[in-house]
Amino acid sequence: MSTVIPQVERSGIDANEVGRDSSLASATTVEARGLTKIFGANRAVDNIDLTVMEGEIFGVLGPNGAGKTTMLNMLTTLLPIDDGEAKIFGYDVSSEGHAVRQLIGVTGQFASVDENLTGRENLWMFGRLQGLASKRAHHIADDLLAQFELTEAANRPISQFSGGMRRRLDLATSLITRPALIFLDEPTTGLDPRNRNQMWNTIRDLVAEGSTILLTTQYLDEADALAGRIVVIDRGRKVAEGTPSQLKSQIGTSSLRVQMAEDADTTEAVVLTANLTNATPVVSPTGSGFSVQLSNANQAADVLVALRNHRLDIANATVEQPSLDDVFFALTGHTSETVMTDTEASNS
Amino acid sequence: MTAAITIPTTTLRPSQRTIKESVTTREALSQITTLAWRALIKMRRNPEQLVDVTAMPVLFTVMFGLMFGGAVSGSTAQYLPTLIPGIIAMTTITACVGAGIQLREDMDKGVFDRFRSLPIARIAPLAGPMLADLARYAIAAGVTLTVGIIMGYRPGGGIPGVLAAVVLAVITGWSIAWIFMWIGTKARSAGAVQGLSMMLMFPLAFLSNAFVSVDTLPGWLQGVTRVNPVSHVVSALRGLMNDGIITAQVGWALLGCCAVAAIFIPLTVRSYSKRV
Repeated sequence: MSTVIPQVERSGIDANEVGRDSSLASATTVEARGLTKIFGANRAVDNIDLTVMEGEIFGVLGPNGAGKTTMLNMLTTLLPIDDGEAKIFGYDVSSEGHAVRQLIGVTGQFASVDENLTGRENLWMFGRLQGLASKRAHHIADDLLAQFELTEAANRPISQFSGGMRRRLDLATSLITRPALIFLDEPTTGLDPRNRNQMWNTIRDLVAEGSTILLTTQYLDEADALAGRIVVIDRGRKVAEGTPSQLKSQIGTSSLRVQMAEDADTTEAVVLTANLTNATPVVSPTGSGFSVQLSNANQAADVLVALRNHRLDIANATVEQPSLDDVFFALTGHTSETVMTDTEASNS
Repeated sequence: MTAAITIPTTTLRPSQRTIKESVTTREALSQITTLAWRALIKMRRNPEQLVDVTAMPVLFTVMFGLMFGGAVSGSTAQYLPTLIPGIIAMTTITACVGAGIQLREDMDKGVFDRFRSLPIARIAPLAGPMLADLARYAIAAGVTLTVGIIMGYRPGGGIPGVLAAVVLAVITGWSIAWIFMWIGTKARSAGAVQGLSMMLMFPLAFLSNAFVSVDTLPGWLQGVTRVNPVSHVVSALRGLMNDGIITAQVGWALLGCCAVAAIFIPLTVRSYSKRV
């Protein structure tokens, strides 16, 4: 449907055009070196390097307060960069912000659409602001409303929209000019599972037709399901980078949590488990059980059989997928809760 | 609803686009009118935002006319030619405060983040609402005038004089509003904007010749009222409305407006651009 593509002005030789060697920008979309943001004494983003390749979904994983949004705000020209540099399609974010803004779409964590307008009016307004003629802006608005299943609600004020509808409208608004690079800040936080799945599919569709996506998330399963590469951010620092499988192999595929029938058996059980798994089990705070990272899920059966053979009775056993907490514990030695508390403390 | 959303269009690669170095004036004007349209829709859907330019002028005109008429000029009817231009100046300045409060409220919302992430003129999100606000100042002036005429005011300047006065009032409102817009970009909350603005608005409106003759004031206060730009605006409005003449005061009033705009537009834009 070529009619839907906004026609960007195409004069043969434009005096305003900023010359760029297209071969240089073909591989990387985002290139950041030593990115740093300082709020008072708090280094919210601390010396982060990033390279995002064209056509990939790049995930930035971290708990609340890790600096994900601050980093995104710097890359999208919303916040000045304190130290380091960032290039988007070869344009310098600090000095060529206007060019960068023409190439990116940004969907923030909180609905960045106008509460006073209807869905259709919002899309029309943002189309007009980006240089579309009124008629064309209407046309694209209707198309996007249909694509995001918002046609029925198009003339309702946003205040009557559900969380999922708002998020869809928000994303639709970012796609008016068909940007090649889309920033999504926690695109599924607060969405129910159905809307979450739908958002995931939409993100995959966008990449399938040539977009590059940089998204932030608090959820390991989301990064796992969507992203080709992930960086893990903790207290403003990059603590790990790699494909989801590389990261998971660092922290074990899953963990086994065992509750003993008798507290006294815990010590013996921990020794047995340590020998079987070559990992260090963590005794629960009450001393009534332990948990251990597994390099593969079959080890759970080995541990349970061994406990049975040694007549150590268990009350309860569960095998759990690694959570974000596990990732954090494995990578940083502290849990994401303490990260939040520290950040809150430094903010106040 | 659960079906995947398909997006049949294709992404435009950077090499397929013409990247511009800056916003042209024509583009900026189009962006400003689009954002003025947004502000007008907002006004229409939140009519309570118009209370300060509808109910307030009625209240002030009736109240001041009846209360001070006898004391200041002997009777309400004799006071009206002094009072109405004064009230027009005062309600216009009161209406300006709304501009700063609205801006602060807008800046706290996510939609302003999107404005800042778009390749649009930095001044557009500020200038758009300012353009729409011209309607508010015209309403404030019109309502005051209508109430005055109902109470018995007969402007000697006739229709041309009155129209010129409304235009001057609108220009004044637009210029002075930039002070409150600047406060809006600086203050921490809409409530703070309101408080700070009131502290500025009341002396500006009352320490002038808007309601009383300057001769009745203590000497030092006369000095204050004479440098207050609002006094010049009020004198200019009186000349236009009551006598149909363009006095030198019109020139001083316009000069004052230009000076305020020249100082506060750059301050506002800079402060807005820096704001997180």
